[in-house]
Amino acid sequence: MTWLVPLPVVIPLLGAALALVSRRHPTVQRLVSLSVLSATLAVAVALLIHTNTAGPLAVAVGGWPAPLGIVLYADQLTALMLVVSAAVTLCVLIYSIGQGLADGGDAVPVSVYHPTYLIMTAGVTNAFLAGDLFNLYVGFEILLAASYVLITLGATEGRVRDGTTYVVVNLLSSLIFLTGIGLAYAATGTLNLAQLAGRIEALPAGLQIALQSMLLLAFGIKAAVFPLSAWLPDSYPTAIAPVTAVFAGLLTKVGVYAIIRTQTLLFPGGAAAGVLLIAALLTMIVGILGAVAQSDIKRLLSFTLVSHIGYMLFGIGLYSAAGLAGAIFYVVHHIVIQTTLFLAAGLIERRGGSTALDRLGGLARLAPVLAVLFFLPALNLAGIPPFSGFLGKLGLLQAGVAHGGALAWVLVAGSVLTSLLTLYAVGRVWNIAFWSSPRVEGSAPALPRLMVGATAVLVLLGTGLTVISGPLYSVTAETAGQLLDRQRYVQAVFDGATP
Amino acid sequence: MTVNLLLILVVGVLVAAGVTLLLERNLTRVVLGVTMISNAVNLLILLGGRYGGPPIVGTTDPDRMSDPLTQAVILTAIVITLGMTAFLLALAYRSWVLTGHDDVQDDVEDRRIMERAERDLGVEAQDTSDAGPSPEDTIAEWTPTEREVRR
Repeated sequence: MTWLVPLPVVIPLLGAALALVSRRHPTVQRLVSLSVLSATLAVAVALLIHTNTAGPLAVAVGGWPAPLGIVLYADQLTALMLVVSAAVTLCVLIYSIGQGLADGGDAVPVSVYHPTYLIMTAGVTNAFLAGDLFNLYVGFEILLAASYVLITLGATEGRVRDGTTYVVVNLLSSLIFLTGIGLAYAATGTLNLAQLAGRIEALPAGLQIALQSMLLLAFGIKAAVFPLSAWLPDSYPTAIAPVTAVFAGLLTKVGVYAIIRTQTLLFPGGAAAGVLLIAALLTMIVGILGAVAQSDIKRLLSFTLVSHIGYMLFGIGLYSAAGLAGAIFYVVHHIVIQTTLFLAAGLIERRGGSTALDRLGGLARLAPVLAVLFFLPALNLAGIPPFSGFLGKLGLLQAGVAHGGALAWVLVAGSVLTSLLTLYAVGRVWNIAFWSSPRVEGSAPALPRLMVGATAVLVLLGTGLTVISGPLYSVTAETAGQLLDRQRYVQAVFDGATP
Repeated sequence: MTVNLLLILVVGVLVAAGVTLLLERNLTRVVLGVTMISNAVNLLILLGGRYGGPPIVGTTDPDRMSDPLTQAVILTAIVITLGMTAFLLALAYRSWVLTGHDDVQDDVEDRRIMERAERDLGVEAQDTSDAGPSPEDTIAEWTPTEREVRR
């Protein structure tokens, strides 16, 4: 079954080439993108089933055995992330096709959109599968390069202004990551994650902390951890709705995934636990206070995105199986929910003509379907039972309580407070934009069915997470156990890696 | 393992100069800063490997070969940086075409805070004249070419 492992990277890359070739035939291009992402989703599901039943898979690319060549590694964590990211990218693609059909493709250069979008997907999957520090860097660069194009799509004045912030900050974070890679290689003589796991332990404690902080800094910028998060609310909201949605859902979580992987595999001692927990607390509180102060839905959602990254860091910072399980569950939940909310914000913009709260009103009467599509994920994000947001937060709180200690208790309190403030922030949007009386009587065009359909599928998916939360939690708990058992990773790479 | 002090010094100077340029508002200088830092990082990676002859079997004794992996890593990094620099330059050019300059602009929040501060100052001083610079004043500060581009 090892032939499955490279496919999530190879399929979107080939698809991107096909989509570029067929740029003059929009219908062909759409079909190519749709089938490519569906195939990726199918492969991801197959990988999840296989890793659940038969254990992790490792592939030595190009026939060079493990420490020499590049290894692609897929365990339950990788497969789970692949499934969620493939499902979300597919839904967002359908949404953007709906938007392109409705707008006639004049507003944005759609011919570039599809290939770039597929390359971004390939970058994301490559980062998830990387078993080598430099390959992880390459994965990040692929997705970032594509995201630079997507965020400045159309190159209007606002997008150039906000895109510049995004590009410069991410270039800098990539350079910090590269420095970390250079130092890790100089200190250990390898970049293979499995080999690094053994060799970093032998280094002096100070050097370990230096390497750890370089990597945390680089991933922290990408994941938008406070105080490295200021770029996010400034750059995301101006891009087109599907781009913002997929960035918000996926790209920051790739950073979180990288933190999970490197912290558990390379630095198992938990030397950064205190720093991570404090960063988690500040990310939650500062992020949500920013959201409360916003008067624009997209900016408000960007701040809640930053804030909820704090929950995942909380789980990681506990360095316990329960904490990691909660963090992984929260990543899955948050990818789906945050994407859905941004897609709903895109629909609000179409229906109400704006996302500024002082120009919206009465949408619950004007567009009842849209109201449901916003209401369900908003409650889910805030953590109202029985939604998955509640279950994820509950898992993290239980892990925090079980961990004990003053800092963990402060974080438990901070999580609850953040949850309440999130409810206040989305409740404000609901009251002003949906529940008040209409400002202008609606003669706006009807919402394209494809866009509403794609959002509805994601809403169902997000709500469905509650239904499958039992099995999902057992998978994440098992995954967390495997992450803490580092020998499993090392063995799979060195013994199981077949050319 | 011998360490090349001169190279380390060069890395330090390049990073320092790069960070200084990165803190500028002008996007062209930011591009130069990014290029400098990336070159510094490439040199740093090179420092991590072994020095020696060309790593080709048959021409050099394996014990005296240089480390090919660092060179491969640098090559990849150079290619990536090239693409990113080209994109940044295009962005700077686009910004120049659209706004007449390539300065990194204030974000929404900053502008809002500045507007408020100006309004507050205006109220405190009971100034009847306009608080901020009028559009005409701003245009007068531009150079002739900038004005032309703006039009």
